[in-house]
Amino acid sequence: MATYQLNINGERREVTVDPSTPLLWVLREDLKMTGTKFGCGISACGACTVHVGGVATRSCIVPISHVGDRPVVTIEAMSADPVGRVVQNAWVEEDVVQCGYCQSGQIMAAVALLKHTPRPTEQNIEESMGGNLCRCGTYPRIRAAIKTAATQLTKGDA
Amino acid sequence: MVAPAIDRRGFLRVSFAAASGLLVSLYLEPNVLGQEAPMPQQQAKVYPPEAFVNIRPDGKIVIQVNRLEFGQGVQTSLPMVLADEMDADWTNVIAELAPAADVYKDPLFGIQIVGGSGSIAHSFTQYRELGAKTRAMLVAAAADRWNTTPDKCRTEASVVHGPGGQTATYAELAADAAHKPVPAKVNLKSATEFKLVGKRVKRLDSRPKCNGSLKFGLDLDLPGMKVAVVAHPPVFGGRVKRIVDDEARRVEGVRDVFEIPLAKGTGVAIVADKFWPAKQARSRLKIDWDLTGVEQPDSSELWTRYRQLGNTAGLVAVNRGDANAFDKIAAGDRIVAEYEFPFLAHTPMEPLNTTVRFDGDRAEAWAGSQFQTVDQMAVAEVLGLKPAQVTFHTEMAGGGFGRRAVTDSHIQREAAVIAKRLRGTPVKLVWTREDDVQGGYYRPMHYHRVEVGIGPDGLPAAWRHVVVGQSLLMGTPFESFAVKNGIDETAIEGTSDTHYSIPNMHLSVHHPKVNVPVLWWRSVGHTHNAFVMETLIDELATRARMDPIAYRRKLLKPDAKKLIGPLDLLDKATAAWRNKLARGHALGVSCHESFGTGVACAVDVSIDNKRPRIHRATIAVDCGIAVNPLSVESQFQAGIGFGLTQLVPKGAITLKNGTVEQRNFDGYAPPYIIDTPMTVDVHIVPSTEAPTGCGEPPVPVISPAVVNALARLTSKRYRTLPLVSV
Repeated sequence: MATYQLNINGERREVTVDPSTPLLWVLREDLKMTGTKFGCGISACGACTVHVGGVATRSCIVPISHVGDRPVVTIEAMSADPVGRVVQNAWVEEDVVQCGYCQSGQIMAAVALLKHTPRPTEQNIEESMGGNLCRCGTYPRIRAAIKTAATQLTKGDA
Repeated sequence: MVAPAIDRRGFLRVSFAAASGLLVSLYLEPNVLGQEAPMPQQQAKVYPPEAFVNIRPDGKIVIQVNRLEFGQGVQTSLPMVLADEMDADWTNVIAELAPAADVYKDPLFGIQIVGGSGSIAHSFTQYRELGAKTRAMLVAAAADRWNTTPDKCRTEASVVHGPGGQTATYAELAADAAHKPVPAKVNLKSATEFKLVGKRVKRLDSRPKCNGSLKFGLDLDLPGMKVAVVAHPPVFGGRVKRIVDDEARRVEGVRDVFEIPLAKGTGVAIVADKFWPAKQARSRLKIDWDLTGVEQPDSSELWTRYRQLGNTAGLVAVNRGDANAFDKIAAGDRIVAEYEFPFLAHTPMEPLNTTVRFDGDRAEAWAGSQFQTVDQMAVAEVLGLKPAQVTFHTEMAGGGFGRRAVTDSHIQREAAVIAKRLRGTPVKLVWTREDDVQGGYYRPMHYHRVEVGIGPDGLPAAWRHVVVGQSLLMGTPFESFAVKNGIDETAIEGTSDTHYSIPNMHLSVHHPKVNVPVLWWRSVGHTHNAFVMETLIDELATRARMDPIAYRRKLLKPDAKKLIGPLDLLDKATAAWRNKLARGHALGVSCHESFGTGVACAVDVSIDNKRPRIHRATIAVDCGIAVNPLSVESQFQAGIGFGLTQLVPKGAITLKNGTVEQRNFDGYAPPYIIDTPMTVDVHIVPSTEAPTGCGEPPVPVISPAVVNALARLTSKRYRTLPLVSV
C-alpha cells in the first residue's frame, strides 16, 4: 500500500492503495466516482476514458503510481467544462444514448477531440472515436452529435 | 398475434398511501411457465408499492416500467403510452424500473421478461388501459367535488377542467380519486387523439447517462459491501481438484477463497474488499482442474461433424410440394450453398454482475435482469427461501442483447452461493470481460446446406435445406413452447416461415449436443436464417438479371404485407441514390420479417483495405403504430451496428480442446465506429395496426445486405462468417 496525492477534477484527493491499482478502480471504488466505467480492463473499449494531463486516456490500464501530479478530469466534471457542457447538450439533443454505459467514455473522447480539433472531419471523428466501443451501435448519432457540438462551439469564430 | 390477456384476467386495485398519493396496480393471475410451481403473490409490504402510477403531492407522476431498460427505450416509450391516455403532463413524468413482482409480469409471457421484442407489443394495451382508468378515477373525483358528472369534465396536462371553468390538478385530486371504484371498462383514445404516442419524444434517461450520474448495477455501492470474482474451469463442466491459494490470500484486502458449485462443474470464489484485490488474487490462484468425463469440444472438429450431418436430412420441419423437385432441375440451374456461422458472444458493455445480501430469513438482490421472475426464484432456491422473501431490484443495465435472460440464472446463482456464506454482508459478483467472453451462453454455431433449383422464370422452383445447430430451448422451461417434434423452432425461424413463394420446399434440422452453453442472441435464429435466405434470394435476382427490390417484390406472397410496404418504401427512399453510386461502390439489398416487424434495407458499400466500407444505409420498417418514432429510428440506426457483429473479422468465438480461444475485446472484437454505416436514414411505413417490436428486427437485415453489395463488386459469394477478408 502507498499513499498518493491526486488532482481529480481540480480537487486534491488522497488515496492509500496498492500501487498497481488502475486509476479506474481508484476513481470508482476509493473515490466513489462511478461515472467512469469498467468495460474490458485492457484498453480495448474506451468505456473508462478520462483526461490525464489533458489527454484522453484509458484509465483501466494506468496504474495509480504512474499518474503523478498530472491533473485527472472525469465525466463528473464535464457539466462545468465549457466544451464538455456543449458536448453533453449535443448528446441529449441528438438523443444519442441507448443503454448509455459507454457514453461517459464516448463523451470524454469527443471532448478531447473537439478541444484539439474544433472542426473535425469525418476522418478525425473516426480516428479519435475509433477505439470507443458501443455495443448498442449508436455510432451514427455519435457522429451527428459531434458535428452538432462542433457547430455550436465554433459559432461566431472566423 | 394473440391479444394481451389483461381484459379477461386482470383487475385493478387502488389504495391510498398518505405520503405518496394515488396508486394503481394491475394484478394478473399467476400465469406460470411450463411445469414450474406457481409463484406466491408477493406481499405489498415487502416491496415498494406494487403500482404503476403514483401521483405525488408535488405533481410529479411516477410511472413504473414493468421490464428492464437496457437501451431499447422502453423506459420512455411505456410511460408515454400511459401518460397519453391519462392526459398527464409529460414534463412531470418520472419513470422507474419496477422490482420483481407478479404485478409486473409480461401480460403474454406470464413472467417478468424482456424478450421476443415484446415490451411495447405486449404492454401497449395494458399501459393504455392503466392510463385511461387512472384518468377516469381522477375525473370522477373532480366531478364529485364540483357536483357535476364526469362527462362534463375534460382533462389536459395533469389538470381536470369542470363545466363552470373550475380546475383541479391531478395532485390535488389524487387522495379522493384513490377511493373511487376502478372502472371496469374505459374508452381508449382514437389515434387522432394521441398527444404523445406517435410523436418523436426524447429519452427520459439521456442526461444522467451523459453526465455519469446514472447508476448501473455495477455501480452499486452498499455499506460493508464486498466484491467477488470467480475462477471458472477452462472447460465447461470442469471441477476443482486442488486449490493452492496461499499467494492469493496474501493479497491485501482479500477476505475469503472457497470452492463453489457452478451451473456446470465447480469454481473458486474470491471475496475481497474491492474489485482490484479480488482480480489480483484470482490471477495468483493455482487450481488443478478435474476434466474427467468432460467433453472438450473443438471448433474444427465441430465443423467436420456439422458438415457431415448437413449432408443428410434431419428431422423434417417443412415438406411442401415435391420434396425431390431439386433432383429434376438441370445442373446449370442449381445452386448448392453451404454456410457456416460461428458461436457469437453478446458482450454487453456493462460486464455481468449481481449483488446479493442474505439475512437468514430474507434476502435482497440487485441485478440488471431481463428475467426477474426466473432470477428471483433462482436466488431464493439457492438461499432456501421463497421467492417472496427475496426483494429483487431491477438495476439499469448496460446492454444485454439476450445475455441477461438466462434460464439457469447462473450469474444470480453464483452470487447467491457466495452471499450465503457471507451472511449479512452484501456481495457484488463481477464477471470480468474475460469471464464474459470465455463463459459460454453464445449464439450457437450453425451450418446450413441449401440446394436451390431455379425455374425457367428465374424464381426458385425447388428448395432443399438442412440446418445443423444446437437447440437453445431443449431442457429449459421454454421447451414446451417452441420445441415441436424434436425441432427447436428458433433454429429455423425466418426460413420455415419464409414469406417468399417457394412451391417445393424441404427443410430439415439436426440438433447435435455439444458441451458449450448456448443462448438467444438478439434476434435469435433470424441472425443466420435471414443471412441464408437473403443472400440466396439476392443471388437468384442477380442470375435473373432483375433489380434486387423488384425481384423480392415479385417473389413475396401477396399476404406478406409487413414486407411489401417496407420494400415499396425502400424503393422510393433510395431512388435518389441507389442508381447514382460512386465508382467502386455497390448497392446491397435485403428484407426480413421478425417478431412481427417487417424491415427492408439498402446499403451503399465499397471495399477499403479488404473490408466493407458502409457509406450509407437506408432502412424501411413496418412496426405497426410507431409509439415513439424517434426511438424506432434509433433502434434501427444502432441495431444494424449490432447486427454487423456477424461480419467483423474477429466476430467469432472458437474452441480448442474445450477451451475458448478468445479472451477479451482483443480476440473477440465487435464493430467499432469504422465498421458501421456512416449514416443511416430510417423510414417508417404509416400504420394503424397494433405495434410490434423494434429491438431485434434491425439485426437480421444488415449483414446480408452488405455481403450482397460485396458480391456485386467481387462476383464472389460470402457464406462463411465471420468475414475475415473480402
